[in-house]
Amino acid sequence: MATTVSGWSGGAEPYAIHSKKLGMWLFIISDALTFSALLVAYSYMRMSTPNWPTPFEMYPAITFSTIMTFCLLSSSVTMVMAVAAAHRNDRATSVKWLLATIAGGLAFVVLHANEWLHLIQSGVSPFQNPWGTPLFGATFFTLTGLHMTHVVCGVIYLAVIAAGFGRGKFTGLDVEVSGLYWHFVDLVWMFIFPLVYLMSNKA
Amino acid sequence: MSDNGHGAKLYLIVWFWLLALTAVEVFLAYKHLPLTTMLTLLMGLSIVKAALIIAYFMHLKFEKRSLTLTLMPPLVICIILLMLFAFPDGLRLLNLRPS
Repeated sequence: MATTVSGWSGGAEPYAIHSKKLGMWLFIISDALTFSALLVAYSYMRMSTPNWPTPFEMYPAITFSTIMTFCLLSSSVTMVMAVAAAHRNDRATSVKWLLATIAGGLAFVVLHANEWLHLIQSGVSPFQNPWGTPLFGATFFTLTGLHMTHVVCGVIYLAVIAAGFGRGKFTGLDVEVSGLYWHFVDLVWMFIFPLVYLMSNKA
Repeated sequence: MSDNGHGAKLYLIVWFWLLALTAVEVFLAYKHLPLTTMLTLLMGLSIVKAALIIAYFMHLKFEKRSLTLTLMPPLVICIILLMLFAFPDGLRLLNLRPS
């Protein structure tokens, strides 16, 4: 590789990270803005609309969403363990940690889907609900639905990485980049949890 | 990036703090505080949690400083621009809305 005189003529790595990782970071920043917009939309509607439904009581909703938070936080820890093992090129250990991460993600999806079904059975849809303004369903399902889509995509992503990495296909970098995505999904939930659940029955 | 001088112990300490802060948030939810106080506390704690995740789990603390400076200020500025609705107008709404 030729050493370049100017940083603009290519071949330089100004951030000293691989382009895959920089790409994932840029995606994360743009996705963070999407979620910020949805969270601000939810909060703005919540503040400006009378008779906002507050279906999330301490039990079961907040108890279960706390367990979901625990699942995601713990899966983030198993993810960093997987990345650390992958950088040591300890593929078997890394795949085990990745599988633990996937288990945490799946637990989250099952609990969240269960909650959705419960709400839908109570008559909540994006267009109406039995308690108050229909804006609740619209903003709630958009926000948590997009987040759940991210979790499901993350689980698939991690499964592909785990299957390939076990067979010696990817490098530690690929595991690390998938880890960045997974932590981001966790990060978003750290804001949905207080704003949507913990603030639910606050005046 | 690949320097793993900080091992499993650091990650477990960060995990412990994340769980502790979450516990504080859930505890606060049982309290009856004024709305703006509650919002400020919960958002403050969540921002601390987000910072912990970004710095340690997403490893940004150990990257070149220029990466942080490229990624974070635009994000923060854009979110503040989004909140232009929320800061002056939303706080007024808290007092104006029919209860």
